[in-house]
Amino acid sequence: MAHADTTHAPPAHPPAHEEETTTGINHRKLLMWVFLGSDCLFFGSLIATYMVYRGQSIVGPYPRDIIDVPITTVSTFVLLMSSFAMVMGVAAARNGNQKRLIQWLWLTIVLGSIFIGFQVYEFNLFRVEGLRYETNLFSSTFFTLTGFHGAHVTLGIFWLICLAIVAARNPAGRPSHLDVDIAGLYWHFVDIVWIVIFTLLYLIGGFDGPPEAGHAAVQGWNWVTGLIS
Amino acid sequence: MVTITGVIPRPSTYTGLWSWLTTVDHKRIGALYGFSAFFFFVVGGIEAGIMRLQLVTSDNSLVSADWFNAMFTMHGTTMIFMAIMPFGATFFNFLIPLMIGARDVAFPRLNAFSYWTFLFGALLMHAGFLIGQVPDAGWFSYANLTAAPFSEGKGLDFWALSLQVLGVASLAAGFNFVVTIINMRAPGMSLMRMPVFVWMTLVTSILLVLAFPIITVALIELTADRQFGANFFNTAAGGDPILWQHLFWLFGHPEVYILILPAMGVVSEIIPTFSRKPLFGYPVVIFSGIVIAIMSWAVWSHHMFTVGLGAIANSVFTITTMLIAVPTGVKIFNWIGTMWSGSIDLRTPMLMAIGFVALFIVGGLSGVSHAVSPSDFQQQDTYYIVAHIHYVLFGGAIFGIFAGIYYWYPKITGKMYNELLGKIHFWLMFIGMNLTFFPMHYAGLNGMPRRIYTYAEGFGWEGMNLLATIGYFIIVISLLIFIHNFFRSIKKGEEAGHDPWDAPTLEWSISSPPPVYNFAEVPVVRGQDAYWITKREAAARGETVPAEPHVDPDTIHMPSPSYWPLITSFGVVWIAGGLLIDVGWDYIRFPISFIGGIITIIGVIGWSNEPAAEEHHEAAGHH
Repeated sequence: MAHADTTHAPPAHPPAHEEETTTGINHRKLLMWVFLGSDCLFFGSLIATYMVYRGQSIVGPYPRDIIDVPITTVSTFVLLMSSFAMVMGVAAARNGNQKRLIQWLWLTIVLGSIFIGFQVYEFNLFRVEGLRYETNLFSSTFFTLTGFHGAHVTLGIFWLICLAIVAARNPAGRPSHLDVDIAGLYWHFVDIVWIVIFTLLYLIGGFDGPPEAGHAAVQGWNWVTGLIS
Repeated sequence: MVTITGVIPRPSTYTGLWSWLTTVDHKRIGALYGFSAFFFFVVGGIEAGIMRLQLVTSDNSLVSADWFNAMFTMHGTTMIFMAIMPFGATFFNFLIPLMIGARDVAFPRLNAFSYWTFLFGALLMHAGFLIGQVPDAGWFSYANLTAAPFSEGKGLDFWALSLQVLGVASLAAGFNFVVTIINMRAPGMSLMRMPVFVWMTLVTSILLVLAFPIITVALIELTADRQFGANFFNTAAGGDPILWQHLFWLFGHPEVYILILPAMGVVSEIIPTFSRKPLFGYPVVIFSGIVIAIMSWAVWSHHMFTVGLGAIANSVFTITTMLIAVPTGVKIFNWIGTMWSGSIDLRTPMLMAIGFVALFIVGGLSGVSHAVSPSDFQQQDTYYIVAHIHYVLFGGAIFGIFAGIYYWYPKITGKMYNELLGKIHFWLMFIGMNLTFFPMHYAGLNGMPRRIYTYAEGFGWEGMNLLATIGYFIIVISLLIFIHNFFRSIKKGEEAGHDPWDAPTLEWSISSPPPVYNFAEVPVVRGQDAYWITKREAAARGETVPAEPHVDPDTIHMPSPSYWPLITSFGVVWIAGGLLIDVGWDYIRFPISFIGGIITIIGVIGWSNEPAAEEHHEAAGHH
């Protein structure tokens, strides 16, 4: 556990293999923060596109016909729990507990994969029910936004698998706490983005549809969300 | 740990072609950026020349309307994304580590990746010429000119996918320089002791990082529409073409400042040096730069005044656009205040810098005139706008870039350029530039629309266009003189010495050209204009400050060359290029594109499995 103590060292005495930096923040960690700032604008633009086109589709299926909020609530819960597992993994790495780190990493990977599984199921179901990428504005914006989010999660899963493999092969302290911490930043960010997407596309936009076809409860809900949006 | 290294042994030499392909040295990457940018500057210039020759007189038939469309599209795209931006990157790369007292950027291999991705993206864009598929919807490519039914062929696909690749390069560079400037400053170099050029690079990099995701999304949507049948800008499905304009200009206006802020940084270094005075109001100049960057997010709809966004939107954007002229004006007063009662030395870099200030004022004033939306209704889509954009981007950015090239020429090459030829270059370019673009104000106010490939006689536009075309050729002559001066001086120029200008910044404290490790001993900064402080203190003791003596490079641990960035860039451009393959069977392009993804992944894995620097001199260390 040669690295366990160095991770707590103050910036004035960084671990031997980390470069000294002006701010004391590691280069790679700062890079990740800057990247996440950039990614905010990426998802922000995609979400803005969705919101601009919300309710503008000319032909169906409309969100109300097809969005299944309960199922996605389950997958959202799974993704949130994966963030919990990630936090525990980062803590294990900080304490230098390699065995626990590997366990938490794999739990994060499994939970993330379950989320992706839900998404694959959902996309396939939508396709079967007649919502293809080129069907209407809803389908184009929905698949693009959630697809790019899914791609981010998938990339994160591959990253965590790499970390887990490295950890399994190196009982002496790799990946470093920092390696895990940076992956954790990414993972939590992708999770937070999903919370925004779930709120806007499912909880608020999931009941969208042409008003004449809707029953009173849905119309009431649309009225409420219309006030918000 | 047993590291997985590549099948090819890691390069370790500093000579030959292979060393350039695998270099991670920021100075070499800067040089590569510079030559590539100049190459594309010439390409964009030739495209401009074709337009000027076509428009020289009424009812001219040198080129067809279609070809003219391709020319103005590629001229704008090339100059903005493949000339001015990489010129900026040239200075960032070469100078930032030297100015902040660092040995390299924070991520040297990422830096190499940025360059190769930029080069491949630019080549992919121009590959369209080889198969006659040239983008032709303007550099802004408004929807729904870009929709498949209205733009057949692959031209717009080349445009969208190549720009996506160029965006990857810019983002990677932006990340790198933000981290480098925040995290790699020499001891004592607090933020408010950084040279203004470093500050402007930081601001530009932050703008890059935040603005490029927006164009990325816009291009994803355009590509999805064209390649996969999505409906983002498909009016038949309820899509709104105005969305493209919002996304494009929300990126596009910060982009304008991405183009001009580096030039402002360059000029802020040159004017104090040649006025023998510290910059007047240093914190105000920096604050203005930051304010410009923030406000650049709130002015985009002034590109869209005639779209019909309504009176309130037009009024708001009129006000914000006029406001952004304030910090810009503040900077101009600071430069003039620096020159005021300074002992001015009118060398070529200083002439170029003063030319920048003068021409940028003209461009700024015409800019304010169409910040007013009722006035803009008269000017929209006329040559008046063409005149404005060229006063800020040619008179501004290009003059700033040439000022920087002359100023740092002795540092980069170790030789002194020919001063007389430099001054002739300046005067010819200054006269040619004004002769080309000033008449466009009148042509525009006289009603000549932009982007027309010819015009009938009787409108009274011939004279102005003839002047503009003559001006173009004067600019060409001035650039030929520059090229001659540049290459002749490398061979035959006098030795420049390490500090020919008695300059205030750290890059002048080391030999010219700088050694591979930059600083043998990391400098300690004790104030603003750090090298002036060192020199004044030495002068008080009756001494002069020599260049830092060279040491054996092997004693300094530097990042090792790597071929993985090149492979990764190649994979990235293959992903984009694969989607452009058209061999009859439509779906072949997806698997071909997928191969690019595999190459990218191989590149990334190889990259992450090799250490940043090979351990030549130490034991295995932490591995």
